[in-house]
Amino acid sequence: MSITPPIAVRPLSDAKRPGPLRAVRQFPALSKLLLLVLAAAVLVPLLATKYGATWPSSLTVDVSGPLGKTSDWIIDNRDSHWLFVYFLGHLSNAVVISVRAVYMLLLALGWTGVTAGVTLIAWRVAGLRIAAISLISFLVSGLLGMWVPTMQTLALMVVAVIFSVVVGALLGLAGGLSERLFRVLRPVLDTMQVLPAFAYLLPVVLVFGIGVPAALLATVIYAAPPMARLTALGLRGADPGVLEAVSSLGATGRQRLLTARLPLARKELLLGVNQSIMMALGMVVIASMIGAAGLGDRVYQALASVDVGAALAAAIPIVLLAIVMDRTTAAAGERLGAGTSAPGPAWLRGWQAWTGIAVVTAVLALAGRLSGSLVWPGAWAVDLARPVNDFKEWMVDHLYSGVPVIGGTADWAEHFTNWVLNPLRDGLTALPWYGTLLIVAALAWLIGTWRTALTAVLAMAAIGVLGVWKPSMNTLSQVLAALVVTLVLGFGVGILAAGSKRLEAILRPVLDVMQTMPQFVYLIPVVALFAVGRAPAAAAAVVYALPAVIRITTQGLRQVDPGAMEAARSLGATRWQILRQVQLPLARPALLLAVNQGVVLVLAVVIIGGLVGGGALGYDVVTGLATGDLALGLVAGVAIVCLGLMLDRVTQPTERRTTGKGV
Amino acid sequence: MSRKRTMIIGTAALAGTAVLSLSLSSCGKADMTKQVSPFAAAKGSKSVTLSVQTWVGAQSNVAVAKYLLEHKMGYHVDTVQVDEIPAWDALSQGRVDAILEDWGHPEQEQRYVKDKKTITAGGGNGVTGHIGWYVPKYWADKHPEVTNWKNLNKFAKQLRTSESGNKGQLMDGSPSYVTNDKALVKNLNLDYEVVFAGSEAAQITQIQQFAKQKKPFLTYWYEPQWLFNQVPMVEVKLPKYTDACAEKGAKDPTSIDCAYPTTPLQKYFNTEFAKKGGSAAAFLKDFKWTKDDQNEVSESIASGGLSADEAAKRWVDKHPDVWKKWLTKK
Repeated sequence: MSITPPIAVRPLSDAKRPGPLRAVRQFPALSKLLLLVLAAAVLVPLLATKYGATWPSSLTVDVSGPLGKTSDWIIDNRDSHWLFVYFLGHLSNAVVISVRAVYMLLLALGWTGVTAGVTLIAWRVAGLRIAAISLISFLVSGLLGMWVPTMQTLALMVVAVIFSVVVGALLGLAGGLSERLFRVLRPVLDTMQVLPAFAYLLPVVLVFGIGVPAALLATVIYAAPPMARLTALGLRGADPGVLEAVSSLGATGRQRLLTARLPLARKELLLGVNQSIMMALGMVVIASMIGAAGLGDRVYQALASVDVGAALAAAIPIVLLAIVMDRTTAAAGERLGAGTSAPGPAWLRGWQAWTGIAVVTAVLALAGRLSGSLVWPGAWAVDLARPVNDFKEWMVDHLYSGVPVIGGTADWAEHFTNWVLNPLRDGLTALPWYGTLLIVAALAWLIGTWRTALTAVLAMAAIGVLGVWKPSMNTLSQVLAALVVTLVLGFGVGILAAGSKRLEAILRPVLDVMQTMPQFVYLIPVVALFAVGRAPAAAAAVVYALPAVIRITTQGLRQVDPGAMEAARSLGATRWQILRQVQLPLARPALLLAVNQGVVLVLAVVIIGGLVGGGALGYDVVTGLATGDLALGLVAGVAIVCLGLMLDRVTQPTERRTTGKGV
Repeated sequence: MSRKRTMIIGTAALAGTAVLSLSLSSCGKADMTKQVSPFAAAKGSKSVTLSVQTWVGAQSNVAVAKYLLEHKMGYHVDTVQVDEIPAWDALSQGRVDAILEDWGHPEQEQRYVKDKKTITAGGGNGVTGHIGWYVPKYWADKHPEVTNWKNLNKFAKQLRTSESGNKGQLMDGSPSYVTNDKALVKNLNLDYEVVFAGSEAAQITQIQQFAKQKKPFLTYWYEPQWLFNQVPMVEVKLPKYTDACAEKGAKDPTSIDCAYPTTPLQKYFNTEFAKKGGSAAAFLKDFKWTKDDQNEVSESIASGGLSADEAAKRWVDKHPDVWKKWLTKK
């Protein structure tokens, strides 16, 4: 309606035109660049004549020897050395006993008892709506014929989450109480989270053998860091005024911790539990590669016979478990934070309610037992596999190729590979190594401090030293290409969703599924649609990273001060102008966070890309696991971590780092 | 407040369970090789664990063995899906009792069978495996000369993809499979690029897709494989396999310039299981069938939409003459 000329809002910065010297001083970026250019002018000819354009072999370290020896030592000593016999062996036994205990309990409750118990607990801590979701979820798991594997996964998850929470809380406690420990801990936690799980599957298997203990420990390594981080964050963030008051009352250090600091941090603690649960569920399928059994194993086995339908039937309960656990713990956390108790009459609160839940669950469990169906009755099952496979076939037949005007998915994949991936890969590989380091330094320095630049450059140099420069450049090209697609799509959809509540509501369940669906499930569809190669790997990465980018963008735009927008509107700005000149600049921090999350999530799928023809580092990690080559897998894993570190430093302004990243 | 208390009590109880289970197990030595899956049958008296590899043929062996062990012999059978080399390790540790189809791992044989003696060879399973390069029959019918490696360069142009650049694409599969393809391409001066599909699932999907469009392709593939029934393929003749070539290859894998050998597929058992496994061990030792038997089961799993258990049942009902022989010794 408003066709007013586009003069409305414009930044005021270009009002004055300063002289060249003052410009340099006014823009620190320029002086940094000048310095770098100077350094380059001196260093590049030197390095070029001494080493040449490819990473010099004299600057690499071969770690395959020592790592090979380590793995031999483990194999030779694991039946006799005290470390295994008296420590790791007991750990492994404890895991088996705990998981078995939980599993037996779940089986004893039967499907009636488990469903009733979970639903009632969800209702008690999170309300009616989430209780309904839980009820439906468990019934669906049963209907899909996945009751027993679901219980196995649930047993494993319960124990894994308890271990993660205990380990994470202890680490977080240490980090929250001591500044020095916190500084030591942070890089350790970073590595635990960024190192691809595939890379440490093999070491864990070497020590524990395949099976539940190894799978569980791999899960704990992955799921404990958020708990540790959030515990530390909560303890450090406690209101100093309250702490002062407590100490003035003469409380000892331990009393202060127990009565003030921990209770004050309870919201963070609960968020930590929530995050640990989500991370643990993310490992279900990957852990099945080393014998975890349960739902992940069903997904993995279905893949071996190229059966998308069967894989999906096992993946849906994983998604549902994730949604139920996420919503329940999140709702509990919110209530705890708001300080209100559960609604409803008094007899529904406190110990009476818990007793009630226990009694009802026991009665229903008994009823199920008496009716003789402990495990889900087999007759009530739905065959999902066939229709899903038919749908996949139909989709591939109609979309693969020859669609009028837009072309088929295979054509897109080919163009994407030829026009984006290939030039990018060839460019990055052809670039002399010192050139790459300089570009990285420049980007990191412009956006941050000299420390940021140093970290980024060292991370890249480490890749060279490990001798995986070329595959890393290949992987980097794939990550960058997938990232661009993710950001374009994510920002676009995010902007649309920010403008429409209805679209956001429709998107929410779709994004939930995209985020929690195990990536293994869409392995076959992406290959069927995009042909083997780097294009399906990129597609898988986009699917995985998109939800986070969309969510952060939407939220960031929504949080823009309505006053600023109103002001712009009253000046007669069009919707497009408001978006471009008010909303987007004000939402900049959120958009940067979206970029950062995009990087992290795309990198997480690099390994999966190795399974569909992505090659490079992802393939090396998978090969390391498959062939028992500790060095190959670990080195490629570390290179992925270094790439992640570099990309993080290059995409994140420094100020956000000091405010603490949270998870 | 009451909620917080219950939460604390709950957490304490859970932590207590963990500590308790830890202390329960911590009296004296803990033998890491004597662990069963926490999900194993509650009765737990007669239980066998079999390892399944990712290809369907291996699933078929295990499905039939499992069906017979459970329905005719009263065993409980656990299966673990795991890659080959980790499976060898698991076998030596006793996590797995048997591997029913091994394609030859000389290094592992040396270490576990000959040196440590924790694994015992279990003889062949009756099927002979063969790795090679294959092209689809519809293409080979039109150009019969493509089935000889000497003519492959003439066809490289037709096999270009965006992944192989301006060379022809030779598709390889899972990283766990034995392959000399990179060396072969180089040593035979072929104008081809080896593209790794990364997993057998991806490779099969791609082959099916090519076949649907009747496109030409060249792929690393192996027999026995059910996919041949869906997509008929013809093997490309490579330079003849000789012992001399194999010896040269054993010293330096990059020097190989001849075809892959045919391998009688082997069974391997955990040594203790082989000695004390009773009728289950005897049964698995006698387990021996043919390529056609295996493919029959494989195809009903992979394209017939049956579960492994149903496929095994169908085969068992149809071929009592074959499996009755495996059950004779007690």
